[in-house]
Amino acid sequence: MFVLYRSLKYFVLLVWSAFVALPFLWALTTSFKTANGVVSGATYIPWLQYEPSLEGWKVLFRGEGKGIDIITPYLNSLTVTLSASFISLLLGTLAAYGLSRFSWRAGPIRNADITFFFISQRIMPPIVLSIPFFLMLRMLGLLDSRAGLVLVYIALLMPIVVWVMVDFFNNIPRELDETAMLDGCGPLETFWRVILPNCKPGLVVAGLFCIVFGWNDFFFAFILTFTETQLLPVAIVSLNSSVTPWWSLSASSLIAVVPLVILAFVIEKYLSSGNLAGAIK
Amino acid sequence: MLNLRHKYVFLLPGLLVLLAIILFPLLFTIRVSFSSWDVVMPGLDWFGGRNYTRMWADGRFWEAMQRLVMVAVSSVALQYVLGFSLALLVWRNIRMKRFFRVLFLVPMMTTPVIMTVIWRTIFHESLGPLNNFIEMLGLPAVPWLSTASTAVISLVIVEVWQWTPFMFLLLLAGLLSLPREPFQAAAIDGAGPVRTFFNVTMPLMAPISIGALIIRLIEASKIMETVYVLTAGGPGTATETASYYIYIRGLREFQIGYAAALSVTYLVLMIIALTIIAKILARIMILKD
Repeated sequence: MFVLYRSLKYFVLLVWSAFVALPFLWALTTSFKTANGVVSGATYIPWLQYEPSLEGWKVLFRGEGKGIDIITPYLNSLTVTLSASFISLLLGTLAAYGLSRFSWRAGPIRNADITFFFISQRIMPPIVLSIPFFLMLRMLGLLDSRAGLVLVYIALLMPIVVWVMVDFFNNIPRELDETAMLDGCGPLETFWRVILPNCKPGLVVAGLFCIVFGWNDFFFAFILTFTETQLLPVAIVSLNSSVTPWWSLSASSLIAVVPLVILAFVIEKYLSSGNLAGAIK
Repeated sequence: MLNLRHKYVFLLPGLLVLLAIILFPLLFTIRVSFSSWDVVMPGLDWFGGRNYTRMWADGRFWEAMQRLVMVAVSSVALQYVLGFSLALLVWRNIRMKRFFRVLFLVPMMTTPVIMTVIWRTIFHESLGPLNNFIEMLGLPAVPWLSTASTAVISLVIVEVWQWTPFMFLLLLAGLLSLPREPFQAAAIDGAGPVRTFFNVTMPLMAPISIGALIIRLIEASKIMETVYVLTAGGPGTATETASYYIYIRGLREFQIGYAAALSVTYLVLMIIALTIIAKILARIMILKD
């Protein structure tokens, strides 16, 4: 009975692992194929089933004109994601601290309502925002620019930071603030010197979520940029035209997706050390 | 509670920035929904409620709405069951625990549209590995993306692949934060694994389960990128979700006024639905014990 249960457990784990890994393995083997390797049906093992070629990878680094330019979109994605995440983290953490430590009232509005206002932004479907954002950025002259996208992404990411950090601050005892204040620290100094250093797990989790959701957004980049500022997901999806080059598509997908996979290791580390639970609840 | 002048320094920068970015789009959308703004006559005129009466009779919109509910609810339910099972399997000590945990988190780190492009090649009828595998088992090939029902299934498969990890992460974090005492007490009482699960684990996990389900339902209610890349709403309109239909009307056909009316309705319905669901979930999961 026990043996049966154990083998069943590992069987489930292995099946799910295979399901998770399938798209990556398929992309990896496809990236070494040529047109001939693709149209002859599904094949998996290089040399044995098809003649491998590096063309799918090489074409990505040949620059514009001769191949597919993947490096500029890559840098664009990196700049936009990191700037938006940083600003959101800064403003969101400050706001979350303000909401956790001070009482607010304006008419019928209380702390909980303000917190809900921040978090409720996630309910807003991107399609509802996209048309006004388009017109707004055109008015500001920020269409097709990195600055415009950063602005939009702040609205997308700040709610996540507030969501993670309000709970996190609530779990930090107030005595910590009070002791610091008694020692003569002002509110800002207390926040900066005493509270923030105790918030590293929360900040890491909030920051990771910002990076994941920022880096992985497609829709706003797709609507709000054209030729000048192309982000990575848009550049890759635009390869998916009538005659799809499966090989370079697979290669560029792997390049786009792998850096964030490293974040899975970081998150798992926090999960194991028990730091994440407080940050997520 | 502290009450100081300084408190504004903390809250206001974030709040004002968010208001500035969000308020204009929201008010603007409501105003545009009462205009006839389209590709021929762009601009704000007064069109009364005619966009809304047109919407009332627009069967395609309501079908897209129903489909959204079906896809979102079924994929989130699957994600919850699978994510919870996987979290339970790697919760306690097993061999290669960290390997499985990291691997199971990976899909949520990847860009949905990019992975959907890959999934599209996997679902390819004659050249994809999925049908290749099915044929190896001696079964007939499945036209994954070209019949209505299989296209919806394909969409759910992609959603489950992408977002079960998120559920898994929240639930595993919850499991790891549970106190030990109730489990020890259950063991002393001689409760087996099944009874322990229903009488101890589930009640303790109720709050975090509700949170996780609601977060995922909110995110799932916005499904559209996956649809855009995987099926472009097809075959016919078989996989059109609400967001995707609004995208077609608004940004393909530039019926901005009409799309705004659809957007406002969609948003209001979502807020009402999610509030009701949150209330019902809280009642079922907390009152059950």
